[in-house]
Amino acid sequence: MSLANSTIAKLRQRLLAKEISPRDIVTDVAQAIDSQNASIGAYLSWDLEKALKEADQADIAQPLGGIPIGIKDNMNVIGEPCTCGSRMLAENYTAPYDAGAIVKLRSAGAVPFGRLNMDEFAMGSSTENSALGVTRNPWDLERIPGGSSGGSAAAVAGNLAIATLGSDTGGSIRQPAALCGCVGLKPTYGRISRYGLVAFASSLDQIGPITKTVEDSAILLNHLCGKDARDSTSLDVAVPDFTLALGQDIKGLRIGLPKEYFISGIHAGVSAAVNAAIQKLEALGAIPVEISLPHTDVGVSTYYIIAPAEASANLARFDGVRYGHRSTAATDLMEHYMMSREEGFGPEVKRRILLGTYVLSSGYYDAYYLKAQRARTLIRQDFEQAFEKVDVIVSPTSPTPAHKLGALKDNPLAAYLEDIFTIPANLAGLPAISLPCGTALEDGKQLPVGLQIIGKPLDEMTLLRVADAFEKA
Amino acid sequence: MPSPQIDIHHIAKLSRLALTNEEAVQYQDQLNRILGHIDQLSTYRLDAEPSAHAMPIFDVIRPDIARPGLTQEEALSNAPRRAMDQFQIPKVME
Repeated sequence: MSLANSTIAKLRQRLLAKEISPRDIVTDVAQAIDSQNASIGAYLSWDLEKALKEADQADIAQPLGGIPIGIKDNMNVIGEPCTCGSRMLAENYTAPYDAGAIVKLRSAGAVPFGRLNMDEFAMGSSTENSALGVTRNPWDLERIPGGSSGGSAAAVAGNLAIATLGSDTGGSIRQPAALCGCVGLKPTYGRISRYGLVAFASSLDQIGPITKTVEDSAILLNHLCGKDARDSTSLDVAVPDFTLALGQDIKGLRIGLPKEYFISGIHAGVSAAVNAAIQKLEALGAIPVEISLPHTDVGVSTYYIIAPAEASANLARFDGVRYGHRSTAATDLMEHYMMSREEGFGPEVKRRILLGTYVLSSGYYDAYYLKAQRARTLIRQDFEQAFEKVDVIVSPTSPTPAHKLGALKDNPLAAYLEDIFTIPANLAGLPAISLPCGTALEDGKQLPVGLQIIGKPLDEMTLLRVADAFEKA
Repeated sequence: MPSPQIDIHHIAKLSRLALTNEEAVQYQDQLNRILGHIDQLSTYRLDAEPSAHAMPIFDVIRPDIARPGLTQEEALSNAPRRAMDQFQIPKVME
């Protein structure tokens, strides 16, 4: 069996048994990339020589010793590009340092390998907003992989990676994981350092693993979490051994079914798969409880005020002076800013910068941003009340399976509305996982469906416990 | 509150984006539609304290002790233009 098809857990066993070496794994993943990346387009770049050198030096005794991990192209890895899927950073940016999450991975022995495509600056749900290439869904090459971490999910689904890192601001780990049939985990806000993750919306962004199994998700999470002095929002809380959540039963566990999430408009195949998943959880001993999250329908509006507002401030740093694209046509400083940004940013990024600038502009702040912040409180309170009655909440991850490439190209609002089930966990800072729960038939193709499980703050253990029990049943 | 027509040229200037005329027309239309949807918020009674973060955030201070950071060379390594070990920008004074 190809090593690239394997999991962290299995490869670690074989490494410890001295059946294979880290070099074998990196070589095999590189071969998979060489043979398939031209059709899938998951990777934007990869440095095999560097990875082989690091593999040869990897300490197998470390918990992730010798395991290559693909990295979304918005996390800094020293000496490597970090394009964020943008022309702005594509020409001449080389990361001068390692992101906090990369430091953690390295200290556990892992080898960062390869840069994965994404919607430009993580803005989008299809990876079609990348300025640097198309990523296709390995299940059907005519379809999107989801996004914004589309490259990270497509690489795992297509066995072009063992596991990868993504980032999730409104569903950008969970939705592509769902559409590509992988496991994607967005931890509690603050679990993982955002230092060195190029900021999109700082109060929502969170890094997390995309893996082939729930077990791998737990293993990888063990070596990503923890306080980092360089991210003041990272939480100084104990990091449990997440693998202890595996292999447990879920008898008596209360699973909340928000009535606002099971609505018409969801693809029939997605509905059927998620309902079957709920029955399976019930058969495993879980107790379904109908709950209400009454502010669900303001989630998307709230998100599309807060995220662009924060993005418009964060992306002000791209001024063509310290890094990034610089226009050669400008004659004065104002023109330099305006033309460098106009030339460097793509359409969706401009759209969100404009939207964010508008909602923060003089005279509109109270009408939009302040209202959104109040709505955010109400959305969080909805969850607090729900979690008095249940241990986890389950829902579809995405209302539809993967669209065909280009299907929502000219309708940004329709694309935004599809984030309805994933956005609330970001607004409330909650951990959430998406795992495969069957397929839905669309145009004669069976396409993966994701089951989302949302947990209480810092309760990734219960998420992983439920997900693992479901996956193994 | 019905959304007023967005003044795209004003917003583009605040955003430091030199939009083409074609882009301005397109974004004006798209933003008006997106804001039209977002205006649903004003139909809700939002009687809650605003929150900027999901988690309580506290000021974080550290000891005022020098610690390693990027070297000058590292900090300048990605500059599109540099001169005399500094970032170079277009002339701002005559």
